[in-house]
Amino acid sequence: MRKLKDLILLGLLWFAAFLTVAVLVTIVGFIFYKGIGLISFDFIFGDYSPSGGGGIWPMVVTTIYTIVISLLIATPIGILAAVYLQEYAKQGRMVRIIRFATESLTGIPSIIYGLFGAVFFVTTLKLGMSIIAASLTLTIIILPVIIRTTEESLKTVPQSYREGSLALGTTKLQTLYKVILPSAMPGILSGIILSMGRIIGESAAIFLTAGTVAAMPESIFSSARTLTVHSYLVTQEAGDIELAAAIGIILIAIILILNFSATWISKKLNKADY
Amino acid sequence: MYTTILEPKMVKDEKSTVTETPETKTKIHVENLNLFYGEKQALFDVSIDIKEKEVTALIGPSGCGKSTFLRTLNRMNDLIEGVKISGKIIIDDENIYESNDVIKLRTKVGMVFQKPNLFPMSIYDNVAYGPRMQGIKNKAILNEIVENSLRGAAIWDEVQDRLKSSALGLSGGQQQRVCIARAIAMKPDVILMDEPTSALDPISTLKIEELIAAMKKDYTIVIVTHNMQQAARVSDKTAFFLNGEIIEFDETSKIFSMPSDQRTEDYVTGRFG
Ligand SMILES: Nc1ncnc2c1ncn2[C@@H]1O[C@H](COP(=O)(O)OP(=O)(O)O)[C@@H](O)[C@H]1O
Ligand SMILES: [Mg+2]
Repeated sequence: MRKLKDLILLGLLWFAAFLTVAVLVTIVGFIFYKGIGLISFDFIFGDYSPSGGGGIWPMVVTTIYTIVISLLIATPIGILAAVYLQEYAKQGRMVRIIRFATESLTGIPSIIYGLFGAVFFVTTLKLGMSIIAASLTLTIIILPVIIRTTEESLKTVPQSYREGSLALGTTKLQTLYKVILPSAMPGILSGIILSMGRIIGESAAIFLTAGTVAAMPESIFSSARTLTVHSYLVTQEAGDIELAAAIGIILIAIILILNFSATWISKKLNKADY
Repeated sequence: MYTTILEPKMVKDEKSTVTETPETKTKIHVENLNLFYGEKQALFDVSIDIKEKEVTALIGPSGCGKSTFLRTLNRMNDLIEGVKISGKIIIDDENIYESNDVIKLRTKVGMVFQKPNLFPMSIYDNVAYGPRMQGIKNKAILNEIVENSLRGAAIWDEVQDRLKSSALGLSGGQQQRVCIARAIAMKPDVILMDEPTSALDPISTLKIEELIAAMKKDYTIVIVTHNMQQAARVSDKTAFFLNGEIIEFDETSKIFSMPSDQRTEDYVTGRFG
C-alpha cells in the first residue's frame, strides 16, 4: 500500500516536471522556429527602417540602457536598504511597517508604476519621455524585489558567522563586508537576475515613460523604444509574428548574457583580495 | 546598554572566593556580576577570580548561565538586544565594561564556539582573517602567523598541503581545531571555549582535550563543559553554576572528590542535571 502511494506520488512528480520542461521547450522551440529565419547580422546590428526590413539595433541599445541604468541605481540602494533593515535597524514596529510596505509594493501591477512615472518623472521632474524616466520608474519597480531577496539571503547567513567574526575583534562593518555579504551573494545575485527579468518583461511602464520612438537614442534623455515594447507594437500593429519571435530570440540571448555576466561579476567580487 | 556599579557590595558568598597562592596571578576578576535578558535575570551576583595560565572549567546543568557568563568575558552579550549588565569584570587592571574598546578586548580574549563556525573560505583565509582585519597585509608575516597558529592548534600536519582548499571540507574535529587556530592567530591572552567538543566524536574530543592541556602554558583558558569527566581531565579549577549563581568554585580535584556544598556533590555524582 505504502509502496503504491509512493509510486503514484513519484509519478505525479515526474509528470509535473515533464510538463514544465515540455511547456518551456515548446515555447522556446516555437519562438526559434518562427524567428530564426530573420536573425542575421544586419537584423541585430542594422538601423531600424520604418518601411520594414531594417534592423533592431536602436531597440537593443535602448533595452540595454534601461537594464543597466535601473540596476546601477536600484542594486546599491536596495542592498543598502536591506542591510540596514536586517543588520542594523532595531527590529521593531517601524521595521515591520517598512517590510510590509516593500512586500506590498512587489504586488502592484506595473501599469500603476508607469502612470506614476509618467506623472512624476516625465512631467513633474521635466525629464520628458526618456530612457532615464523609464529607468527611474523601473528602479522603483525592482527596488522591492532587490530589497526582499537581499533580506532573505542575509537571513540565511548563519548567526555563527557573525559571532565568529566579531569574536575575532572585527568591526561590524568588516564583518558585513568580508563575511556576511559574500555569503549572501548568491541570494543577492538571484534578486538581480530576477530584476533583469522584470525589466525585460516590462512593457506598459516603459511605454508610458520612454515612449515608442523607434530610433537610435542620442542620449539617456531621448525618448526611445525597448525590444519588448517593439515586439508588442509589431505584433499589435502589423501582426508580424515572425518579427516578434525574432525579437524574442534576441531577448533570450540578452538575458542569458546578462545572467552569465552577473554570475561572473559576483564570483570576481567574492574572490576579491583582502 | 549596561551599567556598572562602581561601589561594589560586599562579596557575601565566601564560597566563591579562592585563596591566593603567590605564584598565580589573577587574570580575570569578576565581582558581583548580574545579567538580565530584558526582565529575566540570568546571572546573580557572580564573583570569581580566574588565574592566569590555568584552565578554569564551568560546569552545571543546562540553562544555568554558563554560556551567558562566558560571553560576558568578551562582551559577546552586547550583540543581544535588551541585555543589562551590572558589576565588575576586570581583566589586566581594566574594567572591560568601562572601556569602550570592544575590539581590543576581543583581540585579547578569543573565543571558540560550540559548533565549529569556520567561514566559507579556504583554511588559510580563515586563520588569516583576524590578523588581516587588524591590517596585516605582509604575505610573509601572514604565512608565519597561519603556520604557527595551525601548529599551535595541532592541526598543521593534517592541513599543511591543502591550506588553499575550503575549510568546510574538513571533518568536524579538524574544523574545531582550525577554529582554535583562528583564535590563536590573534595572539590572545585568554581563550574562552563554550562546549567546544559537544558536537564531536570521542577521538576528536580527546585530541582537543590534549590540545587544551598543551595550550595552558601560553593561555588562560575558560571552558564550559557539561561533560564532567572532561572538566576533571582538563581543568585546574572548576566553578559549579546553578540557576545563574556560582555555588562553588575550587580546585577541580576538590570539586570532584570532596565538594563543600551538597548541591555540587549531587551534581558531580550525577544525582541531577
Ligand atoms: N538571548 C537570550 N535571550 C533571553 N534569554 C536567554 C538568552 N540566552 C540565554 N537565555 C536564558 O538565560 C539562561 C542561561 O542560558 P545559558 O547561559 O545559555 O545557559 P547554559 O549555557 O548554562 O546552558 C537560560 O534560562 C536561557 O533561557
Ligand atoms: Mg550553553
